[in-house]
Amino acid sequence: MTTLTQTPVRSGNYAKEDWAALVQIAVEEVFEMMVGGKASMLPEADMGKKDFSAMVGIAGAMCGVLTVAAPAQSARSIAAGMLGSESVDNTSVMDALGEITNMVAGNFKSKILALADGCMLSVPTVVAGADYEMHSLADGYRTQLLFAFREHKFSVTLQLSA
Amino acid sequence: MKTIRALIVDDSSVMRKIVEKSLRQAGLSLSEVFEAGNGAEGLNVLKDKTVDLILSDINMPAMDGLEFVKQLQLIDSAKNIPVVMITTEASESHVTQALSHGAKGYIRKPFTADQVRDHIMPLLGS
Repeated sequence: MTTLTQTPVRSGNYAKEDWAALVQIAVEEVFEMMVGGKASMLPEADMGKKDFSAMVGIAGAMCGVLTVAAPAQSARSIAAGMLGSESVDNTSVMDALGEITNMVAGNFKSKILALADGCMLSVPTVVAGADYEMHSLADGYRTQLLFAFREHKFSVTLQLSA
Repeated sequence: MKTIRALIVDDSSVMRKIVEKSLRQAGLSLSEVFEAGNGAEGLNVLKDKTVDLILSDINMPAMDGLEFVKQLQLIDSAKNIPVVMITTEASESHVTQALSHGAKGYIRKPFTADQVRDHIMPLLGS
């Protein structure tokens, strides 16, 4: 395992076993710089109910999708942090979650030399509602990390094709 | 410090607000801030507004940031306005394309107000 201690982490030739750590760092950097707070990784794997899921597609040298999912209260807290205001409507919540996902995906891929120039990101798609399951055809690699921001949980999932 | 007018082009209204907040945190005095959701809307704003600085995303619907910068070069009244790209797409090819189309700077999301200041102040002669 490569030791990832630099902040911000620079591009490198990281192996696949380092990717979960790179996703974690990508999330932490985005929250610190753009949301105004710390995203702390949690040991548990289950977030429970989610009301919003934002997805960004990755295509090129690596194909897949990065998803950020959150209960309504968490998504609202993230949007409030980004805007510096506690008063946020649903449109802003979805917009904010989409942008966070976009930045995490971009920040992650920029850390892997082989992918930085070889991948494109889609514009974000945000799903609102709790009663759905997501199935990605990118079934080669999957990592899901759970975080807390201001005591509200959210998950980040990276799924890539083989 | 002189007061400036800025145009922020991004398909995310949340991001437009964050960019404006960062400009103020970076120490810029903004007299007016205009917003556009894509490059085509940005060109429309410039038909009847004068600005001193443009900040633009790249990945946007209708007209992306690279085409927007390219179109600006064809407009006499707009081609000398400094344009800084603010985007998650920071690959070497994107940076090269943006600069060759006429952009004067490039800031990668996520960013800090200090990075915004370091990229923008030299363009404004500050």
